[in-house]
Amino acid sequence: MNKSISLLFLVSIVACDSSAGDTLQLRKTAAILPDSNNAGLKLPAGFSAFKVAEKLGQARHIAVNQQGDVYVKLERKLNGNGIIYLRDLDKDGRAENVSGFGNYIGTGIAIHKGYLYASSDDDVYRYKLNDKGEVENKEVPEKIIGGLINRRQHASKSITLDNNGNIYVNIGAYSNSCQEKDRQPGSMGMNPCPILDSAGGVWQFKANVLNQTYANGVRYATGLRNVVGLDWNSQTNKLFVTQHGRDQLNNLFPQYYDDKANAELPAETMYEINPGDNAGWPYAYFDNQQNKLILAPEYGGDGKKEPSVSYKFPTMAFPAHMAPNALLFYTGNQFPARYKNGAFIAFHGSWNRFPLPQEGFYVAFIPFENGKPSGKWEVFANGFSGVEVVNNLRSVAHRPCGLAQGPDGSLYVSDDNKGTIFRIMYQGN
Amino acid sequence: MNHLFRNYAVFLFTATLLMTMNAKGQSPVSDASMQRGKTIYVQRCIACHQPDGGGVPHMNPPLDGASAVKAKDKFRLIQVILKGMTDRVEIDGEFYSNNMAPHADLTDQQVADVLTYIRNNWSNKAGAVTPAEVKAARAKLK
Repeated sequence: MNKSISLLFLVSIVACDSSAGDTLQLRKTAAILPDSNNAGLKLPAGFSAFKVAEKLGQARHIAVNQQGDVYVKLERKLNGNGIIYLRDLDKDGRAENVSGFGNYIGTGIAIHKGYLYASSDDDVYRYKLNDKGEVENKEVPEKIIGGLINRRQHASKSITLDNNGNIYVNIGAYSNSCQEKDRQPGSMGMNPCPILDSAGGVWQFKANVLNQTYANGVRYATGLRNVVGLDWNSQTNKLFVTQHGRDQLNNLFPQYYDDKANAELPAETMYEINPGDNAGWPYAYFDNQQNKLILAPEYGGDGKKEPSVSYKFPTMAFPAHMAPNALLFYTGNQFPARYKNGAFIAFHGSWNRFPLPQEGFYVAFIPFENGKPSGKWEVFANGFSGVEVVNNLRSVAHRPCGLAQGPDGSLYVSDDNKGTIFRIMYQGN
Repeated sequence: MNHLFRNYAVFLFTATLLMTMNAKGQSPVSDASMQRGKTIYVQRCIACHQPDGGGVPHMNPPLDGASAVKAKDKFRLIQVILKGMTDRVEIDGEFYSNNMAPHADLTDQQVADVLTYIRNNWSNKAGAVTPAEVKAARAKLK
């Protein structure tokens, strides 16, 4: 009873007050009701959640425009469309208007300075947004980058943009560990690894130049196996990435790694990238138990030997195989102050930790100060999997894949297993 | 007498047939083969295809319920074990991104055992694969 009265009160304030921009947004958020069970998520005190949309299929990365509408990039077309546009017409937070465009599948999507950018597994496109945040020329995007390597494995071309006219593209390595024969027991690594010429790194291109190819781009950082998560930290003007580490140490080199070692190695990693950085893939991996880089067995390693070349040390290390699929620096004002400028990471969840249970399937948070982590990582939003312990991937309900921040400071999370879009809000106590 | 003999002959014939084929025309599945197949599955397959044979969405295809696993024509299945799989192909309406390594180092008996195991575990009931079938397929694939 009390709750409904205060809600009515809030709605009436929103209706009367049309002057204060930020305050108005906050009040509007307060008027949006979460799902009674917070959409099945476990959140810190004061946070709540609901489902913005469901059943979109392989909902990869997401972007939210200034109006609060959501663009979703799909890895499998839904009704013939590779991008879904979600609109909430009655302002209850839930999208009842679902439309689509784009005849290509992919992962990357971002809104930056009046454009929507989206990637297929080969190309990057952009669309001009009008002042309502809508794409007007849906069927004729501008192709800004083309011909990127796509050999099935790690094909996602995640993107982010800086404030200086550049776009950064993850070009994942089409291999586990650059073996002569991919994923074959005992097969040694190619040296030098030829994959690194066109993949296994982040490439920088111009955000506003059409029809760029590798020849126009710069290999901004290398030795990154597959950084599905990347975001530009506007506070310090640095690129940050989250890497998926290699798999199958036990299957490929059982003489050095047992099942448990494989389950815990190597660490998933986050890096603050400087131009020209080399994070070591495939020659080395980060061992978070020994807290050092270790020479990969494909290149003569035995689980203890260190590489003779020095490689980039991670900014943060996480348990193995959890698959950090998205990274987002939070710049909103809705969440409590400790979240400001901190990093959210969407962990897709592991598959390669047998016989141990699988891990991940949550959104983590790392507090930051002045562009550096100021504390350990913590689980922020859990419960996506819908089960207590994951022993089989088939039993998992949702897998976090994309992150976006709404204009009111809400955090959006996409799930590419069932195609659910979650919205997490802070409404205090 | 004649009648009895004829019945006995029919019984013998049917029993012999049953020893090599079940009602659906499938090769019979032995517990020993299933046990040996399970051991190989845990060593070689379980990481990607998971304990319940359900696979990993969009990455490693499921084996439980998969039409190719249950298929009457076993050649393609034997081929995947011996040659691996790296092509982008649609499997029961989905695409999968991971590469599968060849397992040509397994003996004909081992390939037969692991395939017998995946064809008759979980909800699958597709009959055995014999070492002779693997041998024939291996010769054809060379």
